[in-house]
Amino acid sequence: MAAALDRRLTRESAAARTPLTIAAALGVVEAGLIVAQAVLLATVIAGGALGGRSLASLRGELIALAAVLLARAAVRSGFELSGRVGATRVLSELRRRLVGRLLLDAPGGSVQGVSTGELAASAVAGVDTLEAYFAGYLPQLVLASVVPVAVLGWVTTADPLAAAILAATVPLLILFMVLVGKGTEAQTRRRHAALSRLSGHFLDVVTGLETLRAYRREGAQAVTLERVGEDYRHHTMRTLRIAFLSALVLELCAMLGTAVVAATIGIELCAGALTLQAGLTVLLLAPELYGPLREVGQQFHAGADATAAADRIFAAIEGPERTPVAITPAELTDERPPLPDPRRQAVRFWDVGFRYPGDRGQVLEQVWLSLEPGTTTLLAGPSGAGKSTIARLLLGLERPTAGRIRCGGTDLRAVDLNEWRAQIAWVPQRPTMFAATLADNVRLGRDAGDAAVRAALDAAGLRELVDALDDGIETRIGEGGRRLSAGQAQRVSLARAFLRDASLLLLDEPTAHLDPETATDIAATLRRLLKGRTVLLIAHDRSLESLADEVVWLEDGRTRDTSTISSIPRSTPVERAA
Amino acid sequence: MSDLATVGRLPAGERRWLAGSIALAAGATGAAVALLATSGYLISRAAQRPQVIALMVTIVAVRSFGIARAALRYAERLASHELALRQLARLRRNFFARLVPLVPAQIERHGRGELLARFVGDVDVIADLYLRVIIPVLVALVVIVGTAIAGGLMLAALGVVIAAALALDAVVSAWLADRVGARAAARQAPLRAELSNELVQSIDGAAELAVAGATGQALARLSTVDAGLARASYRDAAAAAAAAAAHWLLSGAGLVAVLVVGLRGVHCGALPGVLLAAAVFMFVGARESIAPLGRAVQRARACSASARRLQAVCHQPAPVADPATPRPLPSRGALAATGVSMRYGPTHAPVLAELDLELAAGEHIALVGASGAGKSTLAELLVRFRDPQRGRITLGGIDIRDLAQDDLRAAVLLCGQDAHLFNTTLRANLLIADPSATDADLWRVLACVELDQWAAALPRRLDTPVGQYGDTVSGGQRQRIALARALLSPARFLILDEPTAHLDDAMAARVLHGVLAAAAGQGVLLITHDLTSAAACDRVLRLGGGRLHDVSTPPTRSDP
Repeated sequence: MAAALDRRLTRESAAARTPLTIAAALGVVEAGLIVAQAVLLATVIAGGALGGRSLASLRGELIALAAVLLARAAVRSGFELSGRVGATRVLSELRRRLVGRLLLDAPGGSVQGVSTGELAASAVAGVDTLEAYFAGYLPQLVLASVVPVAVLGWVTTADPLAAAILAATVPLLILFMVLVGKGTEAQTRRRHAALSRLSGHFLDVVTGLETLRAYRREGAQAVTLERVGEDYRHHTMRTLRIAFLSALVLELCAMLGTAVVAATIGIELCAGALTLQAGLTVLLLAPELYGPLREVGQQFHAGADATAAADRIFAAIEGPERTPVAITPAELTDERPPLPDPRRQAVRFWDVGFRYPGDRGQVLEQVWLSLEPGTTTLLAGPSGAGKSTIARLLLGLERPTAGRIRCGGTDLRAVDLNEWRAQIAWVPQRPTMFAATLADNVRLGRDAGDAAVRAALDAAGLRELVDALDDGIETRIGEGGRRLSAGQAQRVSLARAFLRDASLLLLDEPTAHLDPETATDIAATLRRLLKGRTVLLIAHDRSLESLADEVVWLEDGRTRDTSTISSIPRSTPVERAA
Repeated sequence: MSDLATVGRLPAGERRWLAGSIALAAGATGAAVALLATSGYLISRAAQRPQVIALMVTIVAVRSFGIARAALRYAERLASHELALRQLARLRRNFFARLVPLVPAQIERHGRGELLARFVGDVDVIADLYLRVIIPVLVALVVIVGTAIAGGLMLAALGVVIAAALALDAVVSAWLADRVGARAAARQAPLRAELSNELVQSIDGAAELAVAGATGQALARLSTVDAGLARASYRDAAAAAAAAAAHWLLSGAGLVAVLVVGLRGVHCGALPGVLLAAAVFMFVGARESIAPLGRAVQRARACSASARRLQAVCHQPAPVADPATPRPLPSRGALAATGVSMRYGPTHAPVLAELDLELAAGEHIALVGASGAGKSTLAELLVRFRDPQRGRITLGGIDIRDLAQDDLRAAVLLCGQDAHLFNTTLRANLLIADPSATDADLWRVLACVELDQWAAALPRRLDTPVGQYGDTVSGGQRQRIALARALLSPARFLILDEPTAHLDDAMAARVLHGVLAAAAGQGVLLITHDLTSAAACDRVLRLGGGRLHDVSTPPTRSDP
């Protein structure tokens, strides 16, 4: 799994290559330093212990040893620095691509299966797992492949017999790691799944506590929690007894390898076949041979965690292929046509069909729709009929997969999208409030003076709110600022539309999520906003029918002639309450 | 830290497992150190070329230490995991019990989901306190002391230098890891939160930004915040690298110091030459136990933060308590509120002011009013999830504060706005209301909310999982299942808080009709926005200005 991440990251992220290269280079240096340290340490001990050499005569070796230790500290801190900086840069790059895709290529195209919050969490806090990967796991991986080679190489020259023993244990160790690893991997996965299920159960019970209390089941649930926990403990301990055997075998291999080498060297020394210095070096190197191999096994989860975080972002970046919304220059025979003006020219859907990429089925079929200049068209239909998709098509956020959308005879695909959108004001179902001042939220990127902003807020019926705020229109709203109710947010969105003073107005369920009183108030505001503009008003019922000049019914992705339909709900509580 | 001490206290049974884990862990690490030390001695002795037979004891000792190391480590891992799992089960049970009286009154509805998720996560963090913090720290301590004593037995000065070197390395490394981690968290947390918010709102509002032509500005802002976070990360990376260097430098300096003292000792004859290698190897082995300390102190910080949050939640006073001697539940009579006033805090405006309500047995009342008018507050008062500041609520003439909460809720059931579907089967979710209900009862209530055909078509019918992992259920179906569950309850009064908010108008009307028909014998308080279904009730009350107003005459359509 971790290796798969390597390939994917190095293939797709230029930033990931630097820490990989640095880690590889540092790994080679570290292997050399490990051998040098063992040789120097053995020389000093052998010379001082039995060679009778004084401290002064060993000064050269001691200074060299100190230098090697200094270098090792530098290498270790180099791993840390390069790994952490690398993790930051890799995630920064992934974020840039994520944002590019979700803001530029397919704005508002939902990412399936992940909430935006989770996605943002992976894209920001994911750096922790990437740091563990680049600064922890990756160096160990490099060391595990370089150090054993260096150690075995050196030991072969000093003591071929010890080298043979060590060389024999390494494949054995790896074989056991793989064998036992394979056997326990599935088990470990099951255990983790069980643990997260148990955690999920606890969360489920805690979240449903209010319901449990209403039904007087909280006492019974406390007993269940304890029983489930105890069951899990018994079950887990049974599997752990087997799962930890793998570590036991590895540990035994490494420990007995060291012990056997020590005994062999001892006997060789007795026979005079080896110097003490060489023997000590081999003994110092034996644990260095096993260390990185075991570390890799223990840090395996770091690789798996990093994969999970990166995968989520990659999935969002890649997503299904989409057709570009604007026509490509090659498809344009002539020059760009002049920008049509929806205030004076009708917008028409000609037999429009649409389906999202992938297997998500046909959303729209045979849609005929005409928005006459200066009139309001109500597009009604049950939820899921495709009404919001029509809005997205009109905004140029998606492109029809069949048929044409025209304004004054010009195909929408041929116009400059930015210029086209500049003529539209859009009030979505659930408008986004950005963490900024109220004034900037109304401006939304547009240059407008405070007076204009105030006028727009007044027109949207927000004067009372503005007066009640401590800092007036400069009060921060959105995340970390003042929370607005759904009705207030809807009005801010209307204020945006007033400020934009656009020719074409698109209102998507402007009163659907509001209580009847607020909905009635907003309907009155809408009447002012609609005057003199070309408007597409979307609603799931006909409660706003009095605002419309024309009603079109959309069901199952098709427009219907309203005169033949009797089942359309004509009156709703909102209207009767009014 | 005092919160951590309170939360982390172990009962006697678990203390035995802790002692065992520490003894085994120290034994395992000690065996590894002894393995290195004895093999160093073995080789030095062998270099003096004695009879091979003279080395046999040492050779056996080396092997035994190797086997002991592996075996002890295995036993230690089992013991420490046993301890952690016991703790987890106990902590979950205890914290659940402490949370029970606080929900919903002490935990604000806004952000409740995240708060509870963090609560669950914090309990998990605390459960690892001993496995990841206490045991590694105590083991390092035992190894440092043990190694220093062994060194001191060879040569007093050696013991001192080993103790000093190991202790200095341990303390400085742990302190630096803690400082670096804490500073990084303090510096990065606000930047991360800011970037995360910017990401969420830019992605959620991407279409609006595109239409407004403000995408470029959003991208520029994102890239500024991103760059700020990157700069902070680089500084923290440098600090972490410096901390790593410090640990390796101290450890290297310690090695050189041990060598120098040892060589001096050998030269002046105080230390036998054959022991020099043993002393140095022992020091090298002991260093290994210091490495996990950095992670342990960072974990300790996380545990401490979790403990603080848990205690902050659990230390809140319970909003209601059972009376010392509860009165028996009256078998009949109305549910009534008299002069009830309620405000959430001394500075808040009152939500309910001198409110009067009488819900007779079998009567159906619709309660309407704008969002935030206090309808849900009234519902919570009626089942005593809270108590009002003034006035009283009675059941059959008896103040509900004189009844046991369990008895009251057996008579008055609240089906809340966000009634929870548990992550289990449809059947188990319904049976919460009445464990003795038969399948026929279940199908009957499902039919009332028009879910019987849907349920019959499910692959495993009543045994189909619903809830979080059973993704087969839409928001509207979820609400109807919760309604069916409420209908199954034998309670005499049902308080239904916006039971059809996620249904379309036609479905809402049909479902409410079915519900009211099924609850013909029960008193029902139906909180709703929908005036059509309100009209089906005996009375319609509007909550406004903290009081109820009878608006039973159905409002007629007003002409503009």
